[in-house]
Amino acid sequence: MSNVTIRCEGLSKSYRIGASQDGYKTLRDVLADAATAPLRRLRNGHENSNGHYIWALDDLSFEINTGDLVGIVGRNGAGKSTLLRILSRITKPTRGRAEVHGRVGSLLEVGTGFHPELTGRENVFLNGAILGMRRSEISRKFDEIVAFAEVEKFIDTPVKRYSTGMYMRLAFGVAAHMETEILIVDEVLAVGDAQFQKKCFQRMSEIGKHGRTILFVSHNMSALRSICKQALVIDHGKLVAQGEVNHTIDHYLAQIRDDSQDESIETPTFTVTSVEISSESSPIIKTFDPVQVKVRFVPKTEIKDPGLYISILTMDSQRLTGLDLKDFITTASLPAGEVAELGFKIESLPLLPGSYQLEIHLKDMASGLIEFVPRTFKFEVAETEVYGGRKLDRWFGNVGLRARPLAER
Amino acid sequence: MQSLRTVPSFQIEPSTRWPSLGLRELWEYRELLYFLTWRDIKVRYKQTVLGAIWVIIQPLFMMLVFSLFFGRLARVPSDGVPYPVFTFCALLPWQLFAHALTESSNSLVGNQNLITKVYFPRLVVPISAVLGGLVDFAIAFVMLLMLMLIYGIVPGWQIVFVPALVLLAVMAALAVGLWLSALNVQYRDVRYTINFLVQFWLFATPVAYPSSIVPEKWRLLYGLNPMVGVVDGFRWALLGKPDSLGLPLLISIVVVLTLLVGGLYYFRRLEQQFADIV
Repeated sequence: MSNVTIRCEGLSKSYRIGASQDGYKTLRDVLADAATAPLRRLRNGHENSNGHYIWALDDLSFEINTGDLVGIVGRNGAGKSTLLRILSRITKPTRGRAEVHGRVGSLLEVGTGFHPELTGRENVFLNGAILGMRRSEISRKFDEIVAFAEVEKFIDTPVKRYSTGMYMRLAFGVAAHMETEILIVDEVLAVGDAQFQKKCFQRMSEIGKHGRTILFVSHNMSALRSICKQALVIDHGKLVAQGEVNHTIDHYLAQIRDDSQDESIETPTFTVTSVEISSESSPIIKTFDPVQVKVRFVPKTEIKDPGLYISILTMDSQRLTGLDLKDFITTASLPAGEVAELGFKIESLPLLPGSYQLEIHLKDMASGLIEFVPRTFKFEVAETEVYGGRKLDRWFGNVGLRARPLAER
Repeated sequence: MQSLRTVPSFQIEPSTRWPSLGLRELWEYRELLYFLTWRDIKVRYKQTVLGAIWVIIQPLFMMLVFSLFFGRLARVPSDGVPYPVFTFCALLPWQLFAHALTESSNSLVGNQNLITKVYFPRLVVPISAVLGGLVDFAIAFVMLLMLMLIYGIVPGWQIVFVPALVLLAVMAALAVGLWLSALNVQYRDVRYTINFLVQFWLFATPVAYPSSIVPEKWRLLYGLNPMVGVVDGFRWALLGKPDSLGLPLLISIVVVLTLLVGGLYYFRRLEQQFADIV
């Protein structure tokens, strides 16, 4: 018996773009298509020309062994979800093939098939059946699911009366108790509050310990690092990296930081060409690293008394802290049309692992001008053992403290 | 939990022109079929005041209207059977068929959230939509028996054929429903056609009139409508009229089986793209 659970060979998927983007065709479209098809074929040689199709997945080959816990990362639209949909057999590849050994449980959405009019109990059975569980299996797991969801009192109430939290917990609870050899989870846990997410991640770690294979797509890097052992990076439908999870994710993050500087942003008086935050000591940013924040821009008129304000925000836009250049120095005036660079050096970045965003204001104090750059700049603080021991998760909040126990001298 | 027992394996490959019918896999998913059918029945009359009484009201009203206009005013013949019983006996399989056809044709589009998020044999969806009408049928059937009792009509031994005729009606609805549901995924025009189709089909079926008024030379063509065989069959099994069935029923069976097998293949072929185009 081979140890390979999933083997993909040259998996590719193309989608048609253009004419039928609105989801479905009408007969009129088809008649029009049919009328122009011979012409198109003449022009393109083959109907399947690149003009009408995009490749969501492009020649993907990889192997996953039994019991592997694999995170899949990549930007939005990179093809992650398409890959999961193919491996879940929801859609067919255009080319290539895959071999899957074991039953697949896929969780691409929380609560698929839940019916608002049915009670919690009824929905557990319905949803379980939709996910491919046997009735006997659901009955056996029923109490466990209900306990996980913490909805004992409301199990015979229609789920339309549930709070969002209860609904989510129950829905995830059913899926999390599937006993398939392979579990495929898409970015479903992004919804729900932090406590719910924590619960789900714990459950996934537990599942992983039982020798089952997990494929997990997420933008939550710390969750991936804690649950998975390996990672795949997908970009523009191609597999660009596969390897140990921390190493692979570090590379991926360094990569996207380099790529995200290519477009400039306009405000009424400034053209912001780049905003960078980088660690002086490593390719990724870690807690307590010395970092530099550089804002490069071109003023459209002369700026007599330039000013810069940066804030650091959590991903849910809570302002953590900020720096105003005028508290430090007075900057010489900047001529119109020339590239200027302002910024800060932060000696030790006191942020715990996680995602953050930078918000920028550019000013001219002489004329009382304050302009807000209409976009924030995301950055990641990599998961590390901040205080030398265990990894800290979100429960600890955002701010890292340089501290030492009292006993130590 | 991983043991040495063999785990099921499967291949993922591009779409094929002639996929297998996948009936074994359908059987493996019979519990899902049961739950989806159960959901449809359970939810159908939720948050209505009259609830399941609607099951009775619909055929009852149609019977009253037909009896008044066709039976009383237009004096349509009814093979010597009291007109209300005559038409109600036909309305039952007709409504089963019409309901099953409409529901199954819209089923894939109505369940697109499932189709784009979970894998299961897609055939489960139209089949469960068809089965959902059987409960309504059973309730209405009890009413028919009561009506016959009131009119003093006792069914003969032929009543044992009713289940087979019900099966034929369901299969007829599924046969057409498979084609239309798959088409509906791609062309939403189907949605607007169904109501029209069902209305037209009602008049091409001997519900309000006996098939004996159709001229002999058109009978064969008329018999191509599988519901002719089903409805005549019902009247034969319950009322003893017409006296015999013979050829029309046979034609119905052949037509239904042909449509069904064709529909299954058509459905299976299109199924591979449902999630992409729905």
